[in-house]
Amino acid sequence: MSATFLGMPGSFPKNAEKAVQNSQLRYNLRKATHTIRGKRASVVGELPDWQELRAAGKAIKDHTLRNLDRYLVQMEEAVTRAGGTVHWARDAAEANRIVTDLVKATGETEVVKVKSMATQEIDLNQALAAEGITAYETDLAELIVQLGDDFPSHILVPAIHRNRSEIREIFLDKMPKVPENLTDDPPALAEAARLHLRERFLKSKVAISGANFMVAESGTLVVLESEGNGRMCLTLPQTLISVVGIEKLLPSWRDLEVFLQLLPRSSTGERMNPYTSMWTGAVEGQEFHLVLLDNGRTDVLADEVGRQALRCIRCSACLNVCPVYERAGGHAYGSVYPGPIGAILTPQLRGMGSDLDASLPYASSLCGACYEVCPVAIDIPEVLVDLRAKAPHAAAERAGMKVAGWIFNDHTRLAKAQRAAIRLRKLVPKRLPGPLSAWTDTRDIPDIPEESFRDWWERNERA
Amino acid sequence: MSAREEILAKIGKAVAGAEDVEIPRDYRTTQQVEDLVGLFAERVDDYRAIVHVLPAAEVPAKIDELVAGRRMIRPGGEGWEDLNTADGVVTSCAVAVAETGTIVLDHGPGQGTRAQTLVPDYHLCVVRADQIVSCVPEAIARLDPARPLTWISGPSATSDIELNRVEGVHGPRTLEVIIST
Amino acid sequence: MRVALFITCVNDTLFPGTGKAVVSLLRRLDCDVDFPAAQTCCGQMHVNTGYRAEGVRLARHFTEVFAGYDAVVAPSGSCAAMVREQYPKLARPGSKGAAAIAEVAPKVYELSEFLIDVLKVDDVGAYFPHRVTYHPTCHSLRGLHLGDRPTRLLRHVRGLELVPLPGAEECCGFGGTFAVKNPAVSAAMGADKTRSIMDTGAEVLCAADNSCLMHIGGTLSRQKTGVRTMHLAEILASTEEAQ
Repeated sequence: MSATFLGMPGSFPKNAEKAVQNSQLRYNLRKATHTIRGKRASVVGELPDWQELRAAGKAIKDHTLRNLDRYLVQMEEAVTRAGGTVHWARDAAEANRIVTDLVKATGETEVVKVKSMATQEIDLNQALAAEGITAYETDLAELIVQLGDDFPSHILVPAIHRNRSEIREIFLDKMPKVPENLTDDPPALAEAARLHLRERFLKSKVAISGANFMVAESGTLVVLESEGNGRMCLTLPQTLISVVGIEKLLPSWRDLEVFLQLLPRSSTGERMNPYTSMWTGAVEGQEFHLVLLDNGRTDVLADEVGRQALRCIRCSACLNVCPVYERAGGHAYGSVYPGPIGAILTPQLRGMGSDLDASLPYASSLCGACYEVCPVAIDIPEVLVDLRAKAPHAAAERAGMKVAGWIFNDHTRLAKAQRAAIRLRKLVPKRLPGPLSAWTDTRDIPDIPEESFRDWWERNERA
Repeated sequence: MSAREEILAKIGKAVAGAEDVEIPRDYRTTQQVEDLVGLFAERVDDYRAIVHVLPAAEVPAKIDELVAGRRMIRPGGEGWEDLNTADGVVTSCAVAVAETGTIVLDHGPGQGTRAQTLVPDYHLCVVRADQIVSCVPEAIARLDPARPLTWISGPSATSDIELNRVEGVHGPRTLEVIIST
Repeated sequence: MRVALFITCVNDTLFPGTGKAVVSLLRRLDCDVDFPAAQTCCGQMHVNTGYRAEGVRLARHFTEVFAGYDAVVAPSGSCAAMVREQYPKLARPGSKGAAAIAEVAPKVYELSEFLIDVLKVDDVGAYFPHRVTYHPTCHSLRGLHLGDRPTRLLRHVRGLELVPLPGAEECCGFGGTFAVKNPAVSAAMGADKTRSIMDTGAEVLCAADNSCLMHIGGTLSRQKTGVRTMHLAEILASTEEAQ
């Protein structure tokens, strides 16, 4: 059973401080993110029309969000017409109840799962467990996290914080019937996962998935994956339940021509991922249920600046280029959505009531690398800055900022403040006190000059 | 109020007054490729799948050669029946995409069910040259969303260990493609 | 051409040498440089830390002070990006503030943009016989899209040996108040940046932002590396006579 993020204590800076000291973690993250960065850059560079695809992707998503109510109804009609059943869930509890009841109705106590962010977001596995239903994650990285009773730390590769030898340890420890001579060679680890899950795929009667896209026009659901565990779950069980965030919608079939280019290249850095499954309603005799999930999305939609976060297609390119994510790791964000997109999505979905959630908009140097790679052009720095204006501020900081604002509002005040600082320049200690000690812990402070620029100008130029 | 009504009402309120956007489609919807077969073969090979390019007349013999000694499911023909004990499957396809090295099955005649092309460890797929299109938009235009579709780009793989691609997890570990010209 | 120098509050207070270098460089290139005394701060710290109201007041002050000039030159990619990229988002569309921003913001240039795009020079007649590496700061790189403008200028400096910085495009970890709000990550980023700088064997690290240089330079100095930091303007202002 993988652990849950809900109610996690701490704050991003505190969590990150611990992570930064973990040299193994930093090595693993650096290696993985730099590998994928290079692959992404190379396959994106192959397409001369990348910026045009990006502009189209952004506009399709914005248009969908603007007309989301209409397209959701169209989706519902199309799925129903094709033999599926559509359910609506206001929040996590409602979605979990719907899914649990559907599983119970089949009489099964075990389900297989395709990697899905939506079901992680709502803590579905815990809800199922509480009702005596065991959910088996089948994606390799999810399996590593689940077997290790660990937290996911990346959107695409939840076990990115683990290297091959750590994965081998987890398998040897937790996987029944694993060969004792298992090596840490990645093909050997993949083979172990194959053997471990084979029987389960063949005997499972119920599968739970998410979806990367839903097409309103046709009622089609789309799942992109690599390993084939997705195909196993989507195809073999009698009953398929898909839990999908309402923002995953695309209006028309044709829109996939854009997103099937944007997503794989941004995500795994491949021209195309190994497997993509598309299905419309109940297929080949299966029973199909679609659960449309709100869980805070309509609140995000109401925010003029923040709503662009709903364009996200969960590719994780922003995580892979983020210098903060690379050093802090995914767990520091305390959410299934880590990295830059998590820093703008989590505070919007959960609010900023906890120290952790209120610290997330500040978990960025605003370097802009995330915006540059985002395939749907989410201006993450813009949303971060907007959220910072809404975040609770400490009283001392508020007072300091007020004073600074007062000084900056009038150049004569600024000049006086500069002269006062210059008079005290010899007294400035090498190590600053209070919150500014955070600066001098690792850096020297520059020498304060004998004269400000404005006084120099006044003395030399105005005369 | 039902969840459905409540969600729809919240959406209506959230976007009221927001401007709609035009969708610019200035990206390429087709590409001039001189050698579609060559590009497709190269891109499939990049995924470490096995590729053969053969004149149509030689294809049946090649299939016989490749499947000899294997328990093969042959949709639309005489072959092995039991899914769980089959060694492989031989299918045709609906469309293939040169730029991305992708085969798309719509599980029509000769393409088997979704399970038949998934459970056996070996997938042999015959692609006719005229089924190859240049890019993704051309493929989308040729496909019918009412059918179940499986897009296949190389053998089963994972990038979950240190973000490096490793071939062979749950799907067929060997993908072999015959391009019939 | 009537050019206003927007010194920026950090340079004004802590790095006046950079301002003097801009003045001497622009005069060498026959510009009539003015320093509007009423200028203070662009408001970036306030806006980016979540104090929008204070930031908006400072933005209004900026547009009043710099109205009427042909060009406003700032020796800071970050502050120039604040005015050009972020100011338009601060005002209500159609408001008086929005009109004032639309009037002033496009005339604000980072130094290398002004030299190359407006004055059309890439050789400013500088002399600086040292091994230099250049760090493109994030807001100059991804905000203003300066591209190779700064390095084009540096390549024309006589005696200067420009060595490429590995991982140049990666943030140094300054990020304004990020440096004190997330000190551990900021320091880790700074440490990685200084390691890359050391690997180049450069004597001098150059950038278009003294704020980032203050962070990297503070780390270089704490580690007693002996590598100096210099603003782009100071290198470009150096001449053979002055050496």
